[in-house]
Amino acid sequence: MQYLLLISADEETAVTRMREGAFASFDTWITDLEQRGVLRAHVGLHESATATTVRLRDGEVLLTDGPFAEGREQVGGLAVVDCADLDEAVAIAAAHPAAAFGQVEVRPVRVS
Amino acid sequence: MTDDVERVLADTFAQDWGRLVATLIRLTGDWDLAEECTQDAFAAALRTWRRDGIPDVPRAWLTTTARNRAIDRIRRERVGAEKVRSLVVPPGELDLDVLDSGIVDDRLRLLFTCCHPALALSSRVELALRTLCGLTTAEIARLFGVPEPTMAKRLVRTKHKIAVAGIGYQVPSAARLPERTPAVLAVLYLMFTEGYAATAGPHLVRVDLCHEAIDLARALTGLVPDDPEAAGLHALLLLQHARTSARTDADGVLVPLEEQDRAAWDHAAIEAGLAELRRAVRRERVGPYQLQALIAACHATAPTAAQTDWVRIVALYDELVAVLPSAAVQVNRAVAIGMARGPQAGLDALAATPDHPLTPAVRADLLRRLGRATDAADAYREALTRTENQAERAYLERRLRA
Repeated sequence: MQYLLLISADEETAVTRMREGAFASFDTWITDLEQRGVLRAHVGLHESATATTVRLRDGEVLLTDGPFAEGREQVGGLAVVDCADLDEAVAIAAAHPAAAFGQVEVRPVRVS
Repeated sequence: MTDDVERVLADTFAQDWGRLVATLIRLTGDWDLAEECTQDAFAAALRTWRRDGIPDVPRAWLTTTARNRAIDRIRRERVGAEKVRSLVVPPGELDLDVLDSGIVDDRLRLLFTCCHPALALSSRVELALRTLCGLTTAEIARLFGVPEPTMAKRLVRTKHKIAVAGIGYQVPSAARLPERTPAVLAVLYLMFTEGYAATAGPHLVRVDLCHEAIDLARALTGLVPDDPEAAGLHALLLLQHARTSARTDADGVLVPLEEQDRAAWDHAAIEAGLAELRRAVRRERVGPYQLQALIAACHATAPTAAQTDWVRIVALYDELVAVLPSAAVQVNRAVAIGMARGPQAGLDALAATPDHPLTPAVRADLLRRLGRATDAADAYREALTRTENQAERAYLERRLRA
């Protein structure tokens, strides 16, 4: 089964924690996933202030400066993992360094 | 004959519903299909057994029938030949010993799946009551105080999440058992509590729920023999359940502990509970279930109500409040203080306790013992507004008349 890991945190906290070295374990995390062959995709994102939100209304493209949901907690990274079951995906999510101060939403990927 | 069939079916339903559903889920991987085919098998049994007689092993007959029904349904719906192949068992008798001695009891698989931490606590309990205990959606809805369609939607949502989110139908690996067991203990405890003091309805006790919870707790201690809280829960349930037949009189009226006929308690169950409790506390990791079992043991071993060691019970409640400061525990602690140090001390303790559905009934009993009859009557009347259980209501009404 494939799961999307939606990694989010308070952006200010994330910046501080990264400066303090909270992401030291990130390389270990991702290397482990690559070696196990479970990682299908992974991207890290620039801060949400750089986002542009796009809507089509009455045939007109409307742009908003910023993320679709305002708030301190913002998505900072995405990963897609291929696991046996939810327990395995949860274990991977819990080992992501951001889980210690932010959160990781684990969503099953729809297969058509 | 007809009566025999209905009686055996009712017994088999109470004992084996959970086992049947659990096995069918393992075989089909489909929760709804498993429940429906189990239901169909019971309906078929009513017709067939009346015609052909009751089979020697009703559960084997029901398992075979439910499985065949599942094969038919899957074939008809053409949900892939692969699924059918795995269901087809070679000809011959279904061997119950093989079913039972499988690596683990299928019910534990079902229980751990229902209690997965990715499900909300209320969802876990609801699903366990539906799948393991065979309560109807209407009964569970009443229990949680929501309309039936709401509960039906909640059950569908929970089963959908299990299927879509990839929650495995399995007992977790040994490494994960310690973190997963507390949720299972909590659900077994709630299952037993609901059986022990039904929230509504004519009977104080739903014995089938109590038996199922005790049996599952016993099976769980086999799975996690080093977990003293699992043994503590098993001991607690045995000790509580031992008092069942003395808890209501011939008219179905609740009999309070101090007035119960202690000879009518199940002394074999008490011995079993005490032995389990001794095994648990030997590990010297005493948690809330063991503390409650120790309290139950004080009651179970007191030769008369008057000889109950209330001082020790208060001390145990003090420990329990420290780890489990729920309103129910605090109300029960106030009762114990009322017995150990007198009704006024009990009232003082009760005043410092958060409100609980039992609070007015406890206050009423303490006021009655203080001789404050008018205040007691007011409290008994208030207590009547807080319970729908007929046996409890009958007791409160009796106090009001006295």
